[in-house]
Amino acid sequence: MQLLMFYILGLGAVLSATLMVTNIRPVTAAMNLIMTMFFLAGIYVLLDAHLIAALQIIVYAGAIMVLFLFVILLLNVHEKEGETARRKVMIQFGSIAIVGALFIVMANLAVIEPSLVKIGDAAYPFGTTKAVGKLLFTDFLLPFEIASFLLLAAIVSAVILAKRRIDDSE
Amino acid sequence: MVSLNSYLILGAILFSIGAVGVFTRRNVLIIYMCIELMLNAVNLTFIAFSKFLNDMNGHVFVFMIMTVAAAEAAVGLAIIISLFRNKATIYVDDINLSKG
Repeated sequence: MQLLMFYILGLGAVLSATLMVTNIRPVTAAMNLIMTMFFLAGIYVLLDAHLIAALQIIVYAGAIMVLFLFVILLLNVHEKEGETARRKVMIQFGSIAIVGALFIVMANLAVIEPSLVKIGDAAYPFGTTKAVGKLLFTDFLLPFEIASFLLLAAIVSAVILAKRRIDDSE
Repeated sequence: MVSLNSYLILGAILFSIGAVGVFTRRNVLIIYMCIELMLNAVNLTFIAFSKFLNDMNGHVFVFMIMTVAAAEAAVGLAIIISLFRNKATIYVDDINLSKG
């Protein structure tokens, strides 16, 4: 059952990623990327990463991609890449995919032994919000605070960069 | 039972799809979306290793990567907007400041 879910979700993720890369229109590409992120969130649930799966949908698909769509619609582009561009992209993509398939066949010959340890503490089960929160506030406290500074700097710089200057004569 | 190899190979496939997109596309917004796809593939690799090595540090790493990706998306899109305002184009072929 797990194998079946992995193949369905993995195939969906690869398919929507391919559709995103070879798409001419930016809005359709953004929608395909959102679909890829949903499939990836399903794979995270398969890997017992419940908090990360929820954060993926809330933050990535819900905030970052919506910001992307806003900017795409704001810039209001008229596509210049025509049909020849799509064919060229498909040919380049196909050739790199063949090389990649060779690499995959060779990489599958490597052997990694599985871990044989327990599932995690009883008080902090593996992959839950409790376990990640415990680590964030004890071992990784400094990166956590630095991340808040980083977000503040990003907000200030985004506002300054995108602001239309009053004394600009364009 | 799905082995670690399968998850790693899926992450590698997604990463290479994103890399090919960055090299071949000319629309700067789609290039940026392919960069986000590469970040997602790295997230998948981190989570897969965290599950199979039974170590929660991978989850915290992915948390930080998501934070950095959100900040980078905001700043990068602001740069793209100001670039579009100055050059009136979003195709990287036309944005060429170097001579010769």
